[in-house]
Amino acid sequence: MRDKAWRLGPEHFGRLISVLAEQGYEVLGPQVDGPAVRWGPLTGPDELPQGIGAETSPGHYRLKQRSGPERFAWGPSPDSLKRWLHVPEECFVHAAQDNGAFHILPGEQPGAPPGGAAPPKFAFIGMRPCDLAALVRLDAVFLKGPYVEEHYSARRREAFLVVVNCTASLDTCFCASMECGPGARTGYDVALTEHTAEEPAAYLAEAGSARGVALIEAITAPRAEPGFIAECREACKQAAAVQRRRVDWRTAPAVMLRSFEHPRWEQTARRCLACGNCTLTCPTCFCVNTIEHTAIDGSTGGRSRVWDSCFTQNFTYIHGGSVRTSVKSRYRQWLGHKLAWWQQQFGTAGCTGCGRCIAWCPAGIDISEEFAALAGTAQGGTGA
Amino acid sequence: MTTHQSTPVSPVPASSGPMTPLPARLISVEKETHDTYTLTLEPPSAPGGELASRFRPGQFSMLYDYGVGELPISISGDPERPEQLVYTIRSVGPVTTSLVTRAPGDAIGVRGPFGTPWPMTEARGKSVLIVAGGIGLAPLRPAIYHILRHRGDYNRLVILYGARSPRDILFKKELSAWGLLPDTQSLITVDYGGVSWRGHVGVVTTLFKSIRAQPAETYALLCGPEVMMRFALRELQIRGLPKNQIFLSMERNMKCAAGFCGHCQLGPFFVCKDGPVFSCAAIEPWMDLYEA
Repeated sequence: MRDKAWRLGPEHFGRLISVLAEQGYEVLGPQVDGPAVRWGPLTGPDELPQGIGAETSPGHYRLKQRSGPERFAWGPSPDSLKRWLHVPEECFVHAAQDNGAFHILPGEQPGAPPGGAAPPKFAFIGMRPCDLAALVRLDAVFLKGPYVEEHYSARRREAFLVVVNCTASLDTCFCASMECGPGARTGYDVALTEHTAEEPAAYLAEAGSARGVALIEAITAPRAEPGFIAECREACKQAAAVQRRRVDWRTAPAVMLRSFEHPRWEQTARRCLACGNCTLTCPTCFCVNTIEHTAIDGSTGGRSRVWDSCFTQNFTYIHGGSVRTSVKSRYRQWLGHKLAWWQQQFGTAGCTGCGRCIAWCPAGIDISEEFAALAGTAQGGTGA
Repeated sequence: MTTHQSTPVSPVPASSGPMTPLPARLISVEKETHDTYTLTLEPPSAPGGELASRFRPGQFSMLYDYGVGELPISISGDPERPEQLVYTIRSVGPVTTSLVTRAPGDAIGVRGPFGTPWPMTEARGKSVLIVAGGIGLAPLRPAIYHILRHRGDYNRLVILYGARSPRDILFKKELSAWGLLPDTQSLITVDYGGVSWRGHVGVVTTLFKSIRAQPAETYALLCGPEVMMRFALRELQIRGLPKNQIFLSMERNMKCAAGFCGHCQLGPFFVCKDGPVFSCAAIEPWMDLYEA
C-alpha cells in the first residue's frame, strides 16, 4: 500500500473529515484550547491550529504564532490519545447489595461512556507519530498479555487513525533516537505529511490499511507527483536532523542494572517534586488505581479505575508500609520502567521520545539528560 | 436496606471479564490465631464460577468485599477439593478486617485464580523443603496437601515454620500431625518464646541445621517476610541447593492481578502474572535491592 501516494489540497482535507463523520466516526482533532493544543471534536479543517508552533524546553511550553500555513507544527501537546482510549476514570463493576449478598449489575457495554449504549467509534485526525507509537505500546499492555482489557479494546478496535508525520521538531523531541518518529512507520490507516512550501498547505497522503485506501479513494484526491513526495520526505528527514536530544535506549537494561545505586538518583530526587506530571502527560504511562464508590445507603456500589502514578507513596503500599518510600526510588522506578524494564516486559522501550515529561516537569528534569548521566558515569565517564 | 430497583440497568449483558468479581457464598469463618482466620466459600454460582476453585498450589485470588475493597489473597485449601474455596487471612487493614468479620451466608467477590504456581511437577521424585514465615504458610499449605495426596511422587518432605510467638503459630494441629508422618519433618520456631514455650527459639534459618534431606535433590519452596526469604535463600545456597531448585512467593500491592494496573512491578516483573512464585535464579538479583 505504500507505493500509493496521493496529494491532498484543502478541499480534500475537509472531505476527509466529512466522509469519516458520514461513516459514523466521532472525528477528533487537535485544537488550540487556551494556552495549549488539546484534542476535541472536529467538524472542519478550520478548527485545526493554523500557523501555530510550540516552544518547549525543560519545564516550559508556550504556543507561538508562526508565519507559515502549517497546521501541524506544534509537536506533541500535553494531551495525547491516552485520554480517549485509556480514559482517566472508568467504572468497570456495577454492583448492588441485598442482605449481606451482593450481585453484579449489568453495566454499560465495555468501552461505552457512562449511560452510553455503545463504545465510541473515534477517528483521530492529526496524531503525532510518537502518539501512534504510544498506542502500539498501550496495545501491548492491554491487548497482548494473558488478559485483554475489554474497555480499552472496544474503543481501540474501532479507532480510525490519521497520523501526521512531523516536519517540525520541538526542542524537547527525541523521537528519532527512540525510533518512533518523526515519520510514522506502521499502525496507521492514513499517514499525512504537510507540505508547507505552498499556501494553503498541501498534504502527502499514504494509506496503511485497506480502510485507509478506501477513505482516500472516497475523497477523490489526485496521485502525488514524485517531486512532491520527495519534498515531503525531506522535510520529515530535516525534523529528525534538528533533534539534539537522544537516548541510547538499547543500552538501558544494562545501564539500569549497573547504576541502581548511582548517586545521580539522590541528586535528582532533591529536584523531583514527586508530583506525577510526567506520568500524567506520558502517552504510555498506563498505571491505574481502583476506587470504591458506594451509595450512601449502601444499596448500590461499584468499582472504578482511575489514572494513578508510581510517584505516589501509596502506590506500593502493603501492610506494614510502602515498598518505595523515598522519592529517589520512585523516580528510579519510573525511569527504569520507561527505558529498561519495559523492554524486558513488552519487547520495546516504554518511551517514545515525545519529550512531554521534560516540558511538563515543573522542576525541568530531563529524562534524556538523566539517562546520559547514568550511562556515562557508570562507564567511567566515557559515555554510553 | 433498600433494594436496588432504582438503579439504572441497561439491557446490555454485564461484563464477565477477568476484572469482574463473582459473588461466592461464605460457608464458614474459622479462627486460626488471635488475628488470622480461615474463610471457606462455595465456588461462585455464576457461569464460569467453578473455575475459581480450579487452582494450582501457590496461586491466589482477588477477594472483593462489597463497598470496602479488593485484595490479593493466597488460596490455602486443597487443590483437589474444588467444591470449596479456602483462604487464610490475617486481619491487618480495612479490607482484611471486614472480610474476616463477615458472617456465613454473606457473599464475597472472587476473581481468579491468578499467578504462577509452585513447581510441583518439576519437584517430582525429589525431596521438598518448605520454609514458611507467619502467614506465608497459607500459600504453601496447598503444596503440602498436594505432596501428601501424591506421597509416592516425592521423596522427603521437610516443613520449617517460623512465627513471631507461640500464639501466632498458624495451622498448629496440622503442623504437629504432618511431623508424625513417615519421611516427613515438621519443625516450628518462634522469635519470642515466653515462659511456657519449650520449642525452638530463633529465626527460621536456625532450623536449617536439622534438615534431613540431600541438598542437590531438594526443591525448596519459600514464603514469608521478604527479609526472611532473603536470608533463607542465601543460607540454602550455602548448603548446596542450586538456584533453579529454590522458589519463593513475593507480595506486592495489586489492584487488578491481570497486568493492567502496574502496581505490583518489581524491576522487569509483574508480580501478578510473572509471579507470585519466582525461581531464585530469576528473582535473586532483585531481592537485595532496597526499594526496588
